[in-house]
Amino acid sequence: MSANPFSLWVYLSQTPLLWLTVTLLVYAATDAVSQATGRNPLVNPVLHSMWIIGAFLWVTGTSYTTYFGGAQFVHFLLGPATVALAVPLYENRRQVVAAILPMALALVVGCIAAIVSVVVLAQLAGLPETAVLSLAPKSVTAGVAMGISESLHADPSLTAVAVILTGIMGAIVVTPLMNAIGIRDFRARGFAVGLASHGIGTARAFQVDAIAGVFAGIAMSLNALITALLVPVAVTLLMK
Amino acid sequence: MIASLGLILLCQLVAEVAVRALALPLPGPVIGLLLLLCLLLARDRFAWLALGPLRNDGIEDASKGLLAHMSLLFVPAGVGVVQQLDLLEAHGIAIALVLAGSVLITLLVTVMTFLVTARLLSMWGSR
Repeated sequence: MSANPFSLWVYLSQTPLLWLTVTLLVYAATDAVSQATGRNPLVNPVLHSMWIIGAFLWVTGTSYTTYFGGAQFVHFLLGPATVALAVPLYENRRQVVAAILPMALALVVGCIAAIVSVVVLAQLAGLPETAVLSLAPKSVTAGVAMGISESLHADPSLTAVAVILTGIMGAIVVTPLMNAIGIRDFRARGFAVGLASHGIGTARAFQVDAIAGVFAGIAMSLNALITALLVPVAVTLLMK
Repeated sequence: MIASLGLILLCQLVAEVAVRALALPLPGPVIGLLLLLCLLLARDRFAWLALGPLRNDGIEDASKGLLAHMSLLFVPAGVGVVQQLDLLEAHGIAIALVLAGSVLITLLVTVMTFLVTARLLSMWGSR
């Protein structure tokens, strides 16, 4: 044990232990609040963990690289969690096979709506061309979206920001929106949020309903595939 | 538990290798998902495959454990966004409004397409 509290801080702030602990504890706390409020959409654990940890890093003057040294162990699990979606998909395969046609159509139409709406709205808002291109793949998971953004010579870090914001917006808005227009089919609700808001939407869907989660997972996976194919086409057609 | 996690990682590893080797324009974890799904379906067909994590709900429990806290996994990337908010300085409000509008349109179009197709199919099927 160091006698000097500052050198103890210097030591701790450089180890993965501190940042991994902070990530898990802040998430555990925000998740507990989310549960206590009956999964109120505004008490989204990702949103609130993000700014609390962000503020903590800012106050302590810690760089994101240092933080990520600890948080990467959590981040890494995104890949295995995507693979793990095979299990709920397998367990609900009868329902999934029965809805194969509505899913296929909703996938193509929804994917086109996601790309065209963001490109057209961004142009109407008068955003510069690089920003428009960077927003185009915002409905798919960050890794894929950044790859698309790079291939369009846009700004991948702006794309990453757009992806996370899109995920959180969809996760917050989906339950009140679907309740307001009276849609009770959890297959359709889940599929829509998985397509619009990738993994963050899927995580929200699993909180609300198991079937919604399964359909969100399918939508998220398939949308990652076809968005990669459709964004370059849409961009050449819409931006002349 | 460990064997189940190992199997999940193995699916992802095989998928990543295949994606790189064949230069497929697809994300590795999604191919890993398909591999694990095929394994689970094959297990029901061939009894000799039901061993290790593919037996007694091993892989099922491990996967559900991972998925129960999927939100946690987005926190590190989300914190990165908080630090990049200065990127939004120039057009922040416009970008936020554009994204919100697009999310609403995407949700509504997708849910409606799904429901209308499902309803048309069931009407057609009941004739």
